[in-house]
Amino acid sequence: MRAQPAQVFAALGDPTRLSLLSRLSDGRSRSIADLSSGSPLSRQAVTKHLRVLEGAGLVANERAGREARYSYRPEPVAAARAYLDAVSAQWDDALGRLRAFVEDEAQ
Amino acid sequence: MSDRIVKTVELKAPIERVWRALTDHREFGAWFKVALDQPFEVGRASTGRMTYPGFEHYPWEAQIVRMDAPDVFAYTWPHPEDMDAPNFDGAPRTTVEFQLEAIDGGTRLTVIESGFEAVPESWRAKAMRQNEGGWEEQTRNIKAHVEG
Repeated sequence: MRAQPAQVFAALGDPTRLSLLSRLSDGRSRSIADLSSGSPLSRQAVTKHLRVLEGAGLVANERAGREARYSYRPEPVAAARAYLDAVSAQWDDALGRLRAFVEDEAQ
Repeated sequence: MSDRIVKTVELKAPIERVWRALTDHREFGAWFKVALDQPFEVGRASTGRMTYPGFEHYPWEAQIVRMDAPDVFAYTWPHPEDMDAPNFDGAPRTTVEFQLEAIDGGTRLTVIESGFEAVPESWRAKAMRQNEGGWEEQTRNIKAHVEG
């Protein structure tokens, strides 16, 4: 399932979700129990946030026996950043041409 | 990670000169490298063909949304998934806004492109793969030109 960028931005725009992602960012998968431990959040709250992250493609879950284990997926953030970088480079190029055009006294 | 691109440059040219380079369709075409069919007019479409080497004949289309001389010029344009599609109807659009400010020695130009949240993530990854090599080289060329 491909997430829309608006979903990715919305998912990232919450401090609790950012903190969940940060806990997952070492690449190891973790259960809801793991992610709730040491946190003031209930399992229910953590589950709700994980669903939002899953909807945005930022985490994937795999069942290991009875337990769901969540892991971070870097592709949505990497893809969004790469596209903006490409467009940004195009603007650097275009503005370089504009500079040459307007600063040339002969124009 | 932001959903907009902001660029600021200081140009050694008077604000009227920069305004003309942006809003006169022939001058815009000369540096942007596009052959435009008609003058820019607020509320109207702008159409044409790219003349940028390697991108020749790709269509240009924009909707002009604002022209407040000499301060702000803005348009929307499409970000299509497939540049070779027969038309770009339905492609998500971003807004490009040029803001001009007279400064000592010339003009400060700020360009803001916004609305990227409308561009699907799968398209972005594909466009990134398509653009990567060419733009990296162009960026190096421009840096050398500007800083040389």
